[in-house]
Amino acid sequence: MMPTDQVVAPTAAASGTNLAAESAGPNNNGPAMVLKGIHKSFEGQVVLNGIDLTVGSGKTLAVLGRSGTGKSVLLRLIIGLQKPDSGSIQIHGQELTSVGLEGINEIRKTMGFLFQHAALYDSLTVEENVAFPLRRHSKLTAPERADRVKELLTGVGMESDLKKMPSELSGGMQKRVGLARALALEPSILLLDEPTAGLDPITSREIDELILKLQEERDVASIVVTHDLHSAKTIADRIVLLHEGNAVIEGTFEELERSDDEFVAEFFKRDS
Amino acid sequence: MSHNAKVPRLWSSQDDPQAATLAGPALASLWRPINELLEWFGEIGIFVWQVARATVRRPFEGRELIRQLDEVGAKSLPMVAMAGAAIGAVLALESRHSLIRFGAKAMLPAAIVFSIIHETGPVVTGLVVSGRVGAGIGAELGSMKVTEQIDAIEASGVNPYKLLAFTRILACVLMLPLLTLAADFAGVATGWIATTLAEPMSFQKFLQAGFARATFSDFLAPTFRTMVFGLIIGVIACFQGMRSQGGTEGVGRSATSSVVLSSLFVMLADVILTKLILVFFP
Repeated sequence: MMPTDQVVAPTAAASGTNLAAESAGPNNNGPAMVLKGIHKSFEGQVVLNGIDLTVGSGKTLAVLGRSGTGKSVLLRLIIGLQKPDSGSIQIHGQELTSVGLEGINEIRKTMGFLFQHAALYDSLTVEENVAFPLRRHSKLTAPERADRVKELLTGVGMESDLKKMPSELSGGMQKRVGLARALALEPSILLLDEPTAGLDPITSREIDELILKLQEERDVASIVVTHDLHSAKTIADRIVLLHEGNAVIEGTFEELERSDDEFVAEFFKRDS
Repeated sequence: MSHNAKVPRLWSSQDDPQAATLAGPALASLWRPINELLEWFGEIGIFVWQVARATVRRPFEGRELIRQLDEVGAKSLPMVAMAGAAIGAVLALESRHSLIRFGAKAMLPAAIVFSIIHETGPVVTGLVVSGRVGAGIGAELGSMKVTEQIDAIEASGVNPYKLLAFTRILACVLMLPLLTLAADFAGVATGWIATTLAEPMSFQKFLQAGFARATFSDFLAPTFRTMVFGLIIGVIACFQGMRSQGGTEGVGRSATSSVVLSSLFVMLADVILTKLILVFFP
């Protein structure tokens, strides 16, 4: 049975833990992420056709759109798993497309990524999965790391499943562990690919609450790709709707709901 | 007179439009596999470069390397030893029959030992490891690729070429010579058992007769050769796994192609290296 404890935002280990993610880049005052004129095609098929987005610290942008419109590709471009054909991606003022692999890896330490299907390492236990980024990038001692892992897993209601393998978890539980892993280095940017897809309503609400708490307490900038309009309404300051490679409209949930655009109206009709 | 006029005109599609229509697809179907082969070599070259570049940077992934040494070495040992043992017994039975016919029965221990150390031990080990480890690595990395685990490693700022590929390739390179020694030992032991069952002979005497004319280079060259086999198996299996796509079907394809291609290249390398060894260690 899925644990349904109230989700608590995992905070920095109070005892002065030494996490690598503290080096957030040269410019923390401007917007956390700025995307300008992003183009991406696959074998001649245009997926993103000049996307411009800006996300400030402590803000959440929800990306909506039909399946296959490049929402996940957008996240993969931001974390450097794919390169844009053209355009600029700035993370805390650093240009991602011109920093080289070492530079990208440094920037990645300031970002947490939740994959659509969690992408837990199936040869590692839940505990080892969450400890993976800490073991790599923090200077925590083994007991400090164990405490931090427990704290993170408690935050997503998975503290009783430390020793389980990913194959023993349900899809929703895997997603919670994936979220704990994404938060391990206290990222200043969070990229979430369908965080509530396939989850029960209670867990979905808890995940939403966790994201809101991270916004308030830690000024985390988030981009959330989702099909869940209710979740988008709850967590997002702004919403962008992608269609045929373009950002059709960007605004608050209410603005989008009131839009006269035929596609936007069609998109929002189903949930109304 | 134009420049083009100097070029002899052999054939033009205008001469026979029907032939041109047939030749187009035929040429394309001929060119496609060549193009794919060249692409594969190009991609594996880039892959090797990325692994080599990642190798020189810290951290050196000691924990993962130890895990892979166990996976490639210890877990392959029983199968390699059994294959070596079977080959040793067969060699003894077959060679005895032939050598008796040619009146060279006294050469039997040396024939068995040299055959095993020079050729059958390394090749059998290479092929067994290609099958067991090649399929394992291809399927494991393929599965990690299609479930985005490799992307997750990369997204967390860790170089997957070093963590996943370099450790596995190095484990194959280090373990192949040791596994070959195990196969050699098992082969020589069963060779003696098969020989002594037909005509009793002490193990010590069998070894003395077998190794009487052996030199250091008899061990060195085949050992070096198995390191190359390990490199081939590791590189091809990691490459095929990490480029896997298309869900579970793609994972199956990666595992199969890892085994087929690494076995093929092990045999090819065996021919080339045997010739080189004969040149440098006559």
